[in-house]
Amino acid sequence: MTVWAQLVGQAEAVEVLSTASNAAAELVAGGVPASGAMTHAWLFTGPPGSGRSVAARTFAAALQCTQGTGCAECTACRTALAGTHADVRMVEPEGLSISVAEMRELVQAAARRPSTGNWRVVIIADADRLTEGAANALLKAVEEPPERTVFLLCAPSDHPEDVSVTIRSRCRSIALRTPPPPAIAEVLRDRDGVPEEMAHWAASVCGGHVGRARRLATDASARQRREAVLRIPLGLRQPAAVFDCADELIKTAESDANEVSGARDDAEQEELRTAMGAGGTGKGTAAAKRSADAAVRKLAQRQKSRATRAQRDALDLALVDLAGFYRDVLVYATGSGSTLTHPDRASDTASAAREWTAESTLRRLEAVLGCRDAIEWNVKPRIAVEAMVTALHRG
Amino acid sequence: MAGSELAPLSLAISRISRITRLRRLPGLRRADPSAPLDELYAVVAITLRHHRHQPLTAIPVSHATIDNVQAPAVTVDPLQLVIGEEELLVERAVRAALDAARLADPTAELSRSPVADVTPAEFAELVSPSLFSEGRVIVLEAAQDASQEIADAVLSYCASPADGIVLVVLHSGGGRSKAGKGLPNALRKAGAVVTECPKITKPADREAFVRNEVRRVGGKIDAAGVSGLIEAIGNDLRELSSAATQLVADSGGVVDERAVRRYHRGRAEVTGFAVAEKAVTGDRAAALEAARWAAQLGVPHVLVADALADAVRTIARVTAYPRSDPGRLASQLGMPPWKVRKAQGQARGWSPAGLAVAMQVAADVNADVKGAAADANYALERAVLRIVDARALR
Repeated sequence: MTVWAQLVGQAEAVEVLSTASNAAAELVAGGVPASGAMTHAWLFTGPPGSGRSVAARTFAAALQCTQGTGCAECTACRTALAGTHADVRMVEPEGLSISVAEMRELVQAAARRPSTGNWRVVIIADADRLTEGAANALLKAVEEPPERTVFLLCAPSDHPEDVSVTIRSRCRSIALRTPPPPAIAEVLRDRDGVPEEMAHWAASVCGGHVGRARRLATDASARQRREAVLRIPLGLRQPAAVFDCADELIKTAESDANEVSGARDDAEQEELRTAMGAGGTGKGTAAAKRSADAAVRKLAQRQKSRATRAQRDALDLALVDLAGFYRDVLVYATGSGSTLTHPDRASDTASAAREWTAESTLRRLEAVLGCRDAIEWNVKPRIAVEAMVTALHRG
Repeated sequence: MAGSELAPLSLAISRISRITRLRRLPGLRRADPSAPLDELYAVVAITLRHHRHQPLTAIPVSHATIDNVQAPAVTVDPLQLVIGEEELLVERAVRAALDAARLADPTAELSRSPVADVTPAEFAELVSPSLFSEGRVIVLEAAQDASQEIADAVLSYCASPADGIVLVVLHSGGGRSKAGKGLPNALRKAGAVVTECPKITKPADREAFVRNEVRRVGGKIDAAGVSGLIEAIGNDLRELSSAATQLVADSGGVVDERAVRRYHRGRAEVTGFAVAEKAVTGDRAAALEAARWAAQLGVPHVLVADALADAVRTIARVTAYPRSDPGRLASQLGMPPWKVRKAQGQARGWSPAGLAVAMQVAADVNADVKGAAADANYALERAVLRIVDARALR
């Protein structure tokens, strides 16, 4: 068992990466590997859920491995995979974007020599969330990193909208593919201990998103939310249902986000207050209280950004499910026989395909995709979703 | 001392003693030792010293001054409470208190200080009568922030107010601490005269204010003039008041819309809601005009876009339940009843197809003003036009 087992259905990528890590090990040992085998900056691209950040982490583990290249047994491998290795720096934005300040700090940290491991690895999990300024701050370091520093960037694609052209041109690209359902089912069964039947179902409806498959297989409320979303297309009969459906979509997204962040917010604030010495009494505590308040305000801002992100992510998930349904209707209507996104909803798909014309289905699909764009443009979710559901109702 | 003349000393002395009887002269306390003595007493004292060893026949005193003191005293309420946050009205109440006090005593002084800056000891000094007991108007500002101690000091003073001292307490009506919140009631109980100056928020109140302002300076204004003036000047009372006064002076008393338009032009304030209301009622020209004014006045684009979306979706939600009782619908939709009623009225011109288009327009313009469009002003105008067009869809 090696670290590469983490990557589901990505044989080509594994081959390139293991060659690179072998070359890296040779470099560390003082040898001269074949030129071009190892590179100082990598860009992992692939559809959501294909495991971009997992791939980056795995590669980091392979680089840090003390037993060879990715044994998955030694301390270095395990800490790198868990994200606790001292020389693996992970930038995983919880908020909406990565700021310049954060990147400048990172560039400084990246300039140091590795302390315990072989390489200093910097992973930027959502490079598409770099602001323009942040990308520019990173540019110089990615172009000419110190001898033992490796940059691993992850983004949905190498399209200029995701990663700036200048950054992209300085990285070696690794394209990950959508993992096939059998591979996902296998990993769910073997790694997460999901029962065979559930694993197959989750793999078939997840749209190639490994994390989503795991969530659906293990979390009953996630399954319920998916059900609720997929009931919408055929449930829109009355005009009044439009607003009920929109309300439900928004509310589920909000409760989803609250589940993620609500509990953490208060605990974090309390912890910060304690750390800053608030709540003390006596002489000189006023200053401590003031600075604690200021720090908590800053934290609250970050938490708000995190909550917005969580809500948007949850809403986006629902919209992707919805878009998948309309796509299925089109697939069914044309009789192309491609795999359905929601095979468990085949009967609904069939009845919808009989009822709607292809044009109206397409219009509905457009409305869903338009709503996704709108939310990315920071349109108030309620306004965007209500407009979308109205369009779904009208067809 | 203007217009001084000789008067028999005995008369003067009897008058002085009368003054002393009228106004108590307790202990030698003066707020500021370097302050000049009251003019009248200074003159009397100097004259007395000059003539101590001579037969006193006459001393120069101002009849005017003494007569003022002797004039039938205007009763000034020694305790006044001004509640409210409308700054102009509060200022007027203070001014009225001062004027009334000056009628009784032309030398009355005004001292203002925020309650939070006054200690009980300083307050005691403020309200204790001075050597010659000059009239004083003491204004305590922002009494809602009063601490318990100063509130107690004020209330204990209210139990036995000093002569010639007018205490005016300004209170916002709110207050965070118990002492600050409870002060108005306690003052009322102590017999304070209350002037209410609540913030003017309702359009009708604002119109009444303008009408009153015009009447106060002896003019007349018609309804069109009032609305024209408010439209052109905005909601600031101070500006409205000065404009109204000026208009009365300029137009010779009768103010109508023509007079207003002659001196004021344009529009001071326009909200996103005004734009949205015109748009959803299909009034193309008025909606565009309002949108242009909003752009001109710098109303944030996001607010206008949100108002448009809100207006459209409120109508859409209301039409989803046709022929419903507004009250029940209000609780069902979680909206205030007036909003439901208004939306039901506006919903009459709309078809479901038109509403669907309008909803999409509202969502699009929301993205536009957040950076999707190159020019947010143009995007808003286009959205207004598209909503008006959507209303005509059948």
